[in-house]
Amino acid sequence: MHLLLKQPSVLPGFGLTLGFALFYFSLIVLIPLSGLFVRTSTLSWEQFWDIVTNPRAMASYQLTFGASLVGALVNGIFGSIIAWVLVRYRFSGRSLVDALVDLPFALPTAVAGITLTAIYAPNGWIGRYLEPLGIKVAFTPLGVLIALTFIGLPFVVRTVQPVLQDLDKEVEEAAATLGANRWQTFRAVIVPELWPALLTGIAMAFARAVGEYGSVIFIAGNIPLISEITPLLIMTKLEQYDYSGATALGVVMLLVSFVLALAINLLQWWSSTRHMQQ
Amino acid sequence: MNSVTIIADKDVQWKESLTTESTPVRRLLIFAAFLYLTLFLFIPLVAIFTEALKHGLSGYIDSFLNEDALAAIRLTLLVAAVAVPMNAVFGVAAAWAIAKFEFVGKQALITLIDMPLAVSPVISGLIYVLLFGAQGWLGPWLAEHDIKIIFALPGILLATIFVTVPFVARELIPLMQSQGREEEEAAITLGASGWQMFVRVTLPNIKWSLLYGVILCNARAMGEFGAVSVVSGHIRGLTNTMPLHVEILYNEYNAVSAFAVASLLTLLALVTLSAKTLIERKTASATRLKSQR
Amino acid sequence: MSIHVEHVTKRFGTFTVLNDVNLQVESGELVALLGPSGCGKTTLLRILAGLERPDQGRIFLHGTEVTDQRITERRVGFVFQHYALFRHMTVADNVAFGLNVLPRAQRPSAVRIQEKVHELLRLVQLQAMADRYPSQLSGGQRQRVALARALAVEPRLLLLDEPFGALDAKVRKELRRWLRRLHDELHITGIIVTHDQEEALEVADRVVVMHQGNVEQIGTPDEVYENPATPFVYQFLGDVNVFHGRAIQERTIANLPPLPDVDSVLPAGAVDEREVTFVRPHDLELNRYRTNSEQFEATVRYILTAGSRVRVELVVLESEQTIEVELTKERYRDLVLREGEVVFVHPRHRQVFKIPQS
Repeated sequence: MHLLLKQPSVLPGFGLTLGFALFYFSLIVLIPLSGLFVRTSTLSWEQFWDIVTNPRAMASYQLTFGASLVGALVNGIFGSIIAWVLVRYRFSGRSLVDALVDLPFALPTAVAGITLTAIYAPNGWIGRYLEPLGIKVAFTPLGVLIALTFIGLPFVVRTVQPVLQDLDKEVEEAAATLGANRWQTFRAVIVPELWPALLTGIAMAFARAVGEYGSVIFIAGNIPLISEITPLLIMTKLEQYDYSGATALGVVMLLVSFVLALAINLLQWWSSTRHMQQ
Repeated sequence: MNSVTIIADKDVQWKESLTTESTPVRRLLIFAAFLYLTLFLFIPLVAIFTEALKHGLSGYIDSFLNEDALAAIRLTLLVAAVAVPMNAVFGVAAAWAIAKFEFVGKQALITLIDMPLAVSPVISGLIYVLLFGAQGWLGPWLAEHDIKIIFALPGILLATIFVTVPFVARELIPLMQSQGREEEEAAITLGASGWQMFVRVTLPNIKWSLLYGVILCNARAMGEFGAVSVVSGHIRGLTNTMPLHVEILYNEYNAVSAFAVASLLTLLALVTLSAKTLIERKTASATRLKSQR
Repeated sequence: MSIHVEHVTKRFGTFTVLNDVNLQVESGELVALLGPSGCGKTTLLRILAGLERPDQGRIFLHGTEVTDQRITERRVGFVFQHYALFRHMTVADNVAFGLNVLPRAQRPSAVRIQEKVHELLRLVQLQAMADRYPSQLSGGQRQRVALARALAVEPRLLLLDEPFGALDAKVRKELRRWLRRLHDELHITGIIVTHDQEEALEVADRVVVMHQGNVEQIGTPDEVYENPATPFVYQFLGDVNVFHGRAIQERTIANLPPLPDVDSVLPAGAVDEREVTFVRPHDLELNRYRTNSEQFEATVRYILTAGSRVRVELVVLESEQTIEVELTKERYRDLVLREGEVVFVHPRHRQVFKIPQS
């Protein structure tokens, strides 16, 4: 273990802690995850391709990625507004709102699922007002969008908020002394600073939404080809003991997650280094 | 008195043009934020408790006073009691190695630790089914020796541990990295043993973040649905956790009981959020004190 | 453009930052606001810029009242201590910012803006850096960009808030000389805020010394250094030895042996008033032998020979007060001082301030 050390240290416990951490993490996460890929390798390429491009799977991708993207963008807009309001304005109830923003993180997804369904069902709190307008939310793709927007809400707020907080007031004052009005200052000075954090937040909300299961299945109606998300399709295949089908779709989802995680890491790296001294 | 308020008012108006927005714009933004939060946070929150109490307090309490509900609560507590300490130990060990030493592959490890959060919960359950399920790698061997993992407690534990692995570590790593290793090095040069150094120097410095990580880990462990759903088999009174129990009740059109159990989980979420706010205040004032010194 | 500040008062909560401040700055002057942190100098500067609004009092620029005028209408260039450069813009874009945000009707053509930016970058000697980002520049270079950016809008008035405060000593010195030359070239009315007395005395035509929200003294650098108007100014501008004492008739009995009196500062009849006597370290003369009756005795405690001058720390025999004396190297060599020796001290020049009875 100590061969890995780049420089010696007087502090104790390196071998023990890293050894334990690697052992535990491999056992719990790495080995089971790699099992997924090994299992896929028992499929021929044609079999794999057939499963992952089957119309029902394609429809589920479209819904999952489409609704996730729209939800993430909606959160991009409103998340930025919420972050702005929380950082810049003082109003009663501000700290309560600030604390509650994380509710979608903390609330179990099943609870979110049944609650959103109850609210947006045709006889629900909000659904009953939408029904006469011809808008059906629960048990339609729109319901999927609502659930995926809900669970992505905190991400943009929590990535944009600290950047806004650290923005140097002097820079805005400098713009004002140079004759810029508020809108010009916002567009030319503030937005460029927020941009990377906003993109990171949107990417995180998107990544979370793509894999989401619990909050969606109650409100979606789960009609194949129409309102069935990919994680649910995996679940269905498992329940039918179609392990190969579930595995193939699981690999697709996992690869998407890897790519998204990589993209988020790059975004974070970019936003933290772009103004650094070369 | 009157003139004072006028001056203050004028001052506010005068400053507006400079580094904040005009009053109408500000009101519009606050309104938009509240509208969005009302739709997605406040109404759901109120709805949970309203639905749970639809049949009054006795109906609410009855929802818990049956064998299945109590078994679900017991199982959830048991799962959290196993998963959280294990992940806390892992988090502290990983954070210690990562924050205090320079080693090959460190950045890769930091990225990997967050992986379970990026993976869909359904896949978190799926991988264990592929390993231990009836058609899994070890399935036949396990059946021979009459060891049940999938559709039993060990499977639920494994899936829960998987989805909650990163929580403690990701709270501690950035904090311990920013704290550096000078204090620990001082302790060692003063003759402290490794354990003394950890208990007397490291632990006091990280206790609030550790607590926060544990609270987050616990909230997720008790509330996890997708991963547990895959491996549990939904056997009432045996492998049903609280979130799974909520699902069963809801699908049986027993909405009041479903929301009653959900309200317990919601209270847990609210306690978690309050703890977060309190700990943030605590650490903020602690860092203020430190920088003042 | 001239500046006139009339009875300006500013409070933050219950704390009075500026207390009835009056100030007149002539067109083309470079004036330094000098004082310790918290004295109100930055607040005064921000009020002039329009970044803050006074609670009472009025501001006139070139004879026109601007107290309620907004910052964007004042045409004032402001240079911040931490540069406040737009870090996502190149140096050229930073300098062009003030021109690019002008209303379309007043905005120069793109070509003209580019020319202007190059002119300004030449002025601040940064032509080669036009396409760099602020993070690629040194602190001194960044502050020069900030200055060029402020000058781009052709301000009538240039305000500098501790412009060299974040730079190291050597760069500070270079930049303030450069600023002085630039000012002589441009003749723009300027106000520079600083807590560094050396900087104020070197760069400004006139110095305004401020303390706790009040103006203590206004004068040329020579005036404020040679004839400090208040004990605060004396102490703030350079090192000083302070003797507390009582005036009895026309003699000072401090808690040290008699010092020769200067009649002008101690009027007859000033009996039994508390007073302080200030003597700069280089105004104290050391002798091995008693040469006149007004010397007092002191023990050499510590000698520091580093630098161009020798600093000697002594303890006054009678009062046990510690004093500091500055000698030239020659004088120190002639004296052949050793630590522990007793020498005779004599003030060549000093200033006495009475302390008002409370």
